[in-house]
This record gives sequence, structure tokens and C-alpha cells, in this order.
Amino acid sequence: MTDQRKFNYRTLSSDEPDNLFGGAMPKALEAVLITAGALLISVLLVAVFFLSAGHQPVEVFHTIYRGAFGSWFSWQNTLVRAAPLLLTALCTAIPARAGLIVIGGEGAVVLGGLCAAVTGFQFLGAPPLLAMTAMLVSGCIAGGLWIGLSGFLRHYRGVNETISSLLLNYIAIAVLSFLVFGILRDPATLNKPSTHSIGAGNMLGTLGESSVHWGFGFGILFCVLLWFLCKRMTFGYELALVGGNPRAARLAGIPVGRVILVSCLLGGAAAGLAGAIEVVAVHGRANASLAAGYGYAGILVAFLARHNPLAIVPFAILLGGIQASGGLLQRAHDLPDATVAVIQGLIFLVILASEMMYGKLRFPRLMPFRSNTTLKAT
Amino acid sequence: MAETDVGFWGVVIAVLGGAIRVGTPFLFVSLGECLTERSGRINLGLEGNLIMGAMAGYAVSYYSQSPWLGVAVAGGTGLLLGAIHALLCQHPRVNHIAVGIALMIFATGVAFFLGKPFIQPSAPQLPSIGLGGWSDSPVVRAALDINALFFLGLLLVPALHWFLKYARWGLMVRVAGENANAALALGYKVKQIRLLATMFGGMLASIGGAYLSLYYPGSWNEGLSSGQGLMAVALVIFARWNPIYCLWASLLFGGAAALGPSLQSIGISWGYFLFNAAPYVLTLGIMIATSSAKQTLAGMPGEFVK
Amino acid sequence: MKSKITWDSTPNLPTGSSRISRRELVKKIGAGSILAASGTLSADLLAAGKVNMGFIYVGSRDDFGYNQAHFEGKSGVTSLSWVKAVDEELVPESIEVEKTMESMIHLDGTKVLFPTSFGYFDPHILKLAPKYPDVTFLHCGGLWDSAKHPKNVGSYFGYIDEAVYLSGIVAGHMSKTGKLGYIAAIPIPQVLRNINAFTLGAQTVNSNATTNVVFTGGWAKPVQEAESANSMVDQGVDVLTCHVDSPKVVIETAEKRGVYSCGYHTNNAPLAPKGFLTGAEWNWSSVYQMYAKLIAEEAAIPNLVRGGLKEGIVKSSPYGSSVSAAAKANADAARAKLMAGGFSIFSGEIKDNKGNVVIPSGKSYAQTDIWLESMDWLVAGVIGST
Repeated sequence: MTDQRKFNYRTLSSDEPDNLFGGAMPKALEAVLITAGALLISVLLVAVFFLSAGHQPVEVFHTIYRGAFGSWFSWQNTLVRAAPLLLTALCTAIPARAGLIVIGGEGAVVLGGLCAAVTGFQFLGAPPLLAMTAMLVSGCIAGGLWIGLSGFLRHYRGVNETISSLLLNYIAIAVLSFLVFGILRDPATLNKPSTHSIGAGNMLGTLGESSVHWGFGFGILFCVLLWFLCKRMTFGYELALVGGNPRAARLAGIPVGRVILVSCLLGGAAAGLAGAIEVVAVHGRANASLAAGYGYAGILVAFLARHNPLAIVPFAILLGGIQASGGLLQRAHDLPDATVAVIQGLIFLVILASEMMYGKLRFPRLMPFRSNTTLKAT
Repeated sequence: MAETDVGFWGVVIAVLGGAIRVGTPFLFVSLGECLTERSGRINLGLEGNLIMGAMAGYAVSYYSQSPWLGVAVAGGTGLLLGAIHALLCQHPRVNHIAVGIALMIFATGVAFFLGKPFIQPSAPQLPSIGLGGWSDSPVVRAALDINALFFLGLLLVPALHWFLKYARWGLMVRVAGENANAALALGYKVKQIRLLATMFGGMLASIGGAYLSLYYPGSWNEGLSSGQGLMAVALVIFARWNPIYCLWASLLFGGAAALGPSLQSIGISWGYFLFNAAPYVLTLGIMIATSSAKQTLAGMPGEFVK
Repeated sequence: MKSKITWDSTPNLPTGSSRISRRELVKKIGAGSILAASGTLSADLLAAGKVNMGFIYVGSRDDFGYNQAHFEGKSGVTSLSWVKAVDEELVPESIEVEKTMESMIHLDGTKVLFPTSFGYFDPHILKLAPKYPDVTFLHCGGLWDSAKHPKNVGSYFGYIDEAVYLSGIVAGHMSKTGKLGYIAAIPIPQVLRNINAFTLGAQTVNSNATTNVVFTGGWAKPVQEAESANSMVDQGVDVLTCHVDSPKVVIETAEKRGVYSCGYHTNNAPLAPKGFLTGAEWNWSSVYQMYAKLIAEEAAIPNLVRGGLKEGIVKSSPYGSSVSAAAKANADAARAKLMAGGFSIFSGEIKDNKGNVVIPSGKSYAQTDIWLESMDWLVAGVIGST
């Protein structure tokens, strides 16, 4: 256990002071406390914002609760919106553990969806299970290669991955438009040019009796699998080492380039899967609706979760809930659509600012905590 | 045949005029980002500054009937957003790229939230200076009808270049960007330097936004910016952190954006989706061609080397 | 109160139509009450069975364009005391619109939904309609097909190309260079049909008139729109019009450059006091009031409501001050023909701009003809390609 303490699991904080001794707090508890505090402060700030805009904060918060979690219908609404965010958040979170800041989820979603739709058209007559698998896998591959390109350029050409992945977003959307208006267009899609349909029979269904599609299940599955990979397997070690100090990692014999590349491939595959699910579970074909901003919202979720794949789950649900309540805010309080962006921006800012609290919280001495018991769960 | 010749020259003039018309906001955001990055910070949130500046400038111009007051207030919002960015990033644990994205979401949200009442009304616009009086051609005159803010930007280019190269304060900015520890050893207050550089950079980006709403295209709505602020970071890499190159890069991006529509206006309309993406492909291509894993980009502030 | 709307009914209309909130109405007003199908509605009856409508827009309510036109239509029905209407803006054409519709059904008790963007129909409305048989989904776009689609779904759309055609006539008159400019978002049939109608209108008064087309590649790209307008004016274009979400930028740029402009979606006259000629506008409030009345009366809701100038779904903006008397006379004459019925904009011989005959001589397509809705060509005289 002691060996593991050396490794820094919060990849973007290589300068973290060693605070595991004395009255310092176990990391999991520290993260939960600080995050809860930050959320509380952002709620207060949002309340101030509503007050200054002339709205009763308590009423507005009640509406948000009603729209997001107030009923079974609202819950389903929230979970459906969280589904793509689970996967696009991984696209930023996994490379971030290796020290890369990738913001190209949107492009990977778009191309993943496009490839899934093209694959689906080839598998029109195939058994549903085979067709679905082929579509989802092709989406993963497309997204993985797209983000992998950013990782490759980062490591082998020294190109800044943040900028390259941002540029790749624009390029992916242009490619989608070009193909969907051109050679891939189904002539029957008149006023909304789209690719050919993948066929109703090959569409992904919903979870049980709910209206939540299987994308949510895949999202949870991916988060758990990648959490396991990052926290319980050698690759996760290597990832953390590379993220903490690439030079030291190289000296330790870790293949830095391969680790970076694999992290980008994994992250991209998750975002590509999100795009494929949009096609296979929602639209049935690929068109401009694929660029719906899920990739950008995923960046937010990843940072809120501090790049912990498991923590992505509650934050994606929180964000999905805020988005789900956005419509009700418009209808019940006549608040503009941008309210959701203001709330999200404020939460994001406060959570980022709360990073400075890490290492500063201390327990009163009488608390019988031992620092290493919960180390891994951070 | 004569018809097509006129058309071709029309395209050339439109692209040149467009380079200035479309390029001006690029110029402001890239100069702002250039200064910020030379001090050792990346502000990815300039898109938020741009949109906030566009909204605030338009609203103030509408209420006060003075577009220049609008520009001033827009600049003020940029200072404020820049200050938030800089203050949050002062802590070593806080990731400056993430703060930029957060500020972008926040500022865009606030601008859209407060900007609703200003979509409909028309606000007084910034004046332009006609340099084409010598020509009889209305086309040339229109292309040379240049906005006053462009000249402001044009003045800023050598000023910023001189500042960074020769001024004592400019040297302090550069040292802070090259090596924060060295700057500290020299007794420079790195945090303050970066705070001021980020604030000033944010102000320039917001003025670029005011250009969008108060001159070209000259109205406020939620689709006004098509990512000019996000491109700032790429532009600065493109321009090698050099203000003079920022001018050329901005004009190139402006001209590239003008090329598609002007080619279409003479009937060449193949692949305009790809045309629209041309600046991004170009930037990526140049980044790939000029970077190397072994050495950093020429001109890159040392603090960015990981 | 008399509605001007007529509709072309499908043969199975009585069974195909849906009944709105009958059970609820009956419950509230007491069993056995008989509603007079066309009689005036008593005040307390209407108060009891408030007509509950939900509107969904893909863009912003105040964009001076497509979404504002629908919002104005919604405001038109909300002014009726017995209508309750909710709306939501900026809803993407994804699963989010499904959730918005369900949210309106579950949380607001909405019984009639008006999802106004084209892309809401397939698959989103088609997916939800079977799940909520008590709710009526009325989609703006004219896509409903009795053979394929659920009975609680309907479509309504306006033949705005008629009004655009009239704009073209005025533009053809007023243009000195004979070069017109059309700034359009993307090459889809609805857009191409307007461009063609505009050009054909102009060619009725100036057979040499041409229309330059620029596609900006998106519904809201202000900088591209302004750049396109400038480029076209540089090429000698002296009348500009557009088909994008918000015409504000194009109309204002035209005014700045001192050329004429024709509006679209809403009345754009305030944007160009000097150069505004006329424009094509939607008149959704008449449609929405018609629906509200039918719902309140428990009358059958037609599955397909379509119409143009004659039916009052579209209209022309008032002429600007610079429009000549001759142009007005010509346009008014054409309007009279369109209002009278039997006149078709798309009658042969019409060639496309590649030289192919697309509508042979003697052949004429009525407005309702489905063939026109898959238009993928531009008439001769249009400079540009799909």
C-alpha cells in the first residue's frame, strides 16, 4: 500500500503537496467534502444571480428539482440527457490522466455517429445483434482514431493536443456536412439531408420499461470499466506516472508514447460510441443533429469529476438534470434558455476554484482516520 | 468574357475587403491572446469575452446612443473576465485551460441571458473611414470603407511589438512567460504581471466582440460569433506569438472566410462546407509541419513546455 | 372569428382526425351537454376546458425570422382568453425535443403540441405519437402521409413561395442591373423552391434577370451572410433577399450598401427604411387560432393544413416607399391571380440552369403537388448550383 502513495492520481496536480501524514484527510473524504462545499457555494451564487435577475431563487430551485428529479418522468428525462455525457466526459478524462487536455469530443461524436450510420446501412439485412455490434464498434473505432490522431500529433510531432483537437472538431463537422449533403445523402431525406436509415429493426432499444435508451447502460459500463483500468490495473499506474511526470516515467521504462496514444484511443472510442448510440438509439441515421454539443458538455463533466471515471456518473446525472429542467425554467418562469449555461458555468468555475482547497483541509486530531485506507477510492 | 473578368476582380477585391472586414475581430482576439500567452498563461475563454463584449457594447450603444461608449464598456467587461481568469489561475493547482472553458460557458450564458432585449432593436453603429475616394468604382470604395477599430488594431500591432521587445514592462512579461522562477528570482511579481496581461488581453478580445455587434455584421444575436474567440489560441500559434504575424494571420483568416462567399457569388459553389473549414485545416497543417517532438515551436513561451 | 383557412382533406378524414380532450371536457362541463359544432362558445365553457397548447422552436423566439414568426403566431393565440399556451425555444432536433414534448405533456398537461422545426418530425414525433394517443402532434412542414403516419399526427405548412414570387416581381422591376442576390442557408427543396419562385417572378417582368445564389452552409452564420451580401453587391447585384433563420444581417447590409432588399419570415421593413421593397411573411396566428377554435369546439382536426396567399397562411409585407407604381401594379395583378386559384408558378416550359427541361411545355404543377417538394434543381437564370 505504501508504494501506491507515491503516485498521484489527480493527474493535473503534479505539484500536489504531500499531505498524507499527520492530521491530513483521506483523499476520498477530502474530495467529497470539497466538492460538496463547492456545490453549495455555487448554489448560493446561482441564487444571487436569480435574485438580481428578479426571480425568487427558492421557487426556481424547486422548478429545477421538479424538472430534473421530481418524478419518474423527470428522472428518465435526466438520465437520457446524461447518457451521452457519460461517454463524452471520458473522452476528456482519460487523456487528462496522462496529462493531456483534449477538447475534441464533439468531433469524435460526429464521426462516430457518421461511421455507425454508414456501417448500419451495409448491415441492413443482418441480424440485429450483429448489426448493432458492428455499428457500435465502428463508432468506437472512428472516434478512437480521431482523438488518437491528436494524441499521436502530441507525442510524435509536439503539436498541442488542446488546439489540434479543437480544430479537429470543426473539421469533423465540415466532413459530416460535406458527406451528408453529398455522396452519403439519402435522396428521400428532403429538407433535412441525412444518410440512409439503418433500419428500424436494428435500432437499440430502451432499458426495461423506461424510456431511457441503452446508451445510458453503455455509459455506466464504460465508466466502471475505465475506472477499473485506471485504478486497479498496471495501465492506470503508467497513466498516472506519465500524467505526473513524463520524464520520470520515461526513465522508469514506461513507454510514454504508447500510454498517451492508448489513453487518447480509449477516450476517443468512448466519445465515438456516444455518437454511434445517437444514431443507433435515437436518430436512426446520421445528420447535422449529431453536433448537439455533447462533446463540449462532456469537457465540463470531466473536470467536475476531476477525471475520475466513476465520479463522472453522478456529475453527468447532475448536468443532465440541469439540462432537463431547462425547458421547465423557460415555461414556468419565463427564464431564457441561457439560464442553463449560466448555472453550468458558475458550477464549473467554483469547482475549479475549489482545487485550491485540496491539501488544506485538516481533521481535528481526535478523528480516528487512517490515511491509507481509502487511498484508492479517490 | 469581359463579364467574367470583372467577376474575377470582384472576387479579389471582395477577398481583400473581406480580409479586413472579417479579420478585424481575429486581430483583436489574437493580439489579446498573444499578450496573455507571452506572460505564461493560456486563456481559452476569449470566446466568452468576445460574446460578452458584443452584447455589452451593443446594449450600451443602444441606451447611450454612443457606440464608442459601447466599445469602452465592452472593454470593461473584458478586463473583468480577464481578471477572474487570472485570479483563479494564480493557484498552481487550478488548470488555466479548464478555467478558460468555464469562463467561456459562463460569459456566453450571461451574455445570452442579459442580451435577450437587445436582439430586436437597432443600436447606433461605429463610423468608418472611406479611403476609396480616389476611385470611381463603388466596389473599390466599399472595400476601402474601413472601420475605425481596424485602425486602432493596426496601431496596436507595432505598439505591442515594441512593448514586448523593447519596453521594460514588456521584458517583465516575457520573462514571466519564459521562466516564472527566473522572473521571481529577478524580483518580478509574476502573479501581478500575468494578472495585468490577462486583463488587457481579455479587454482586447471584448473590443473585438464589440466590432462584431457594432460594425460588422453589425447586430446582436445569439449566433453572432462563429468561434472567432476560440480560434484565438490557434491564431497565436499560427503567428508564432508575434504581434506582427498576428496581423497577417488575422488578415489571412479573414480573407479565407471571405473567399467562399465571393467565389459562390460568381457561380463557383462546389464544396462550400469544405471551404468553410479551410482555415482550420490550414492551421492544423501548419502546426503539424512546423512542430517537432524534439524541439518546441520557435517563439513559444517557455512556460508552455511540458 | 371566422377562419380563412381551408384544408385539403384526405379521404379518410373522419376516422383519421383526432379528438382533443373530449373526455376531459365532458367531465368538466357535465355529461350530456351537447356542443354546437359551429356555434359560438359560451365563456364559462371555454374557461372550463382551457385549450392547452405547447409550442417548440428550434431557435430563439426573437430572431426576426422563422422562430419569431411562430412565436408571433403563438402570441396570437395566447391573446384569446380561453387558450393556455406554453413554449420553449432553442430545442435541438434530437432526443431533447422528445423529452421537451413529453415534459409539456406530463408537467404542463398540454394536449396539442406544435413542434415547429422541420427536423422534429422524423423520428421524434413519429416515435412519441403512438405512445400518447390522447395528444395531438401538429408539425409544421407538410410531411404527414395518411398511409404511413399515426392518426394523432398532423402537418401544416404554407406555400410561402407564392409571396416570394411576388417579391421577385417587384425585385425584377426595381433592379437596374437585372442581377438579383439570394443568400440561402443550405440547398434543400424548401430553399430551392423559394429561389426558383423569386427568379421566375423577376423573369416575368425582365426576362434577362438573373439571381446569384450563395449558400452559407448553416441557418445562422451572420458573418458569412454579411460577407455574401457584400460580395454580391460588388458583383453588381442590386436587390438582395435571403432564406436564413434571421434576415436581419442581410437586410441591414443591403441598406448599408445602398441596394434594395426583400424581406423574409417576418416584416423586415424597419430594418431598411430606404431600400426595403416588400417581403414574404408567415401568418401563423391565423393558423393557430383556427386550430384553437377547432379544439375548443371539439371539431375534427384535419391532418393536413396547407395553403398560400389565398388561405391567408402567408402574406406579403407592405410595399416600401421606393417601389414604383408599375411594380406594384404588376405584383398586385399576380397576387390577384394567385388568390383566385388555378394559377401555378411552376408551369412549363421551365428549364433548369444546366439546360435540361425540368417541366415540359404544357405541364403545370399545382401548389399542392408533392413533386414540387423534392425540388433539387435551380431554374435557368440562377447562378449557382445545388
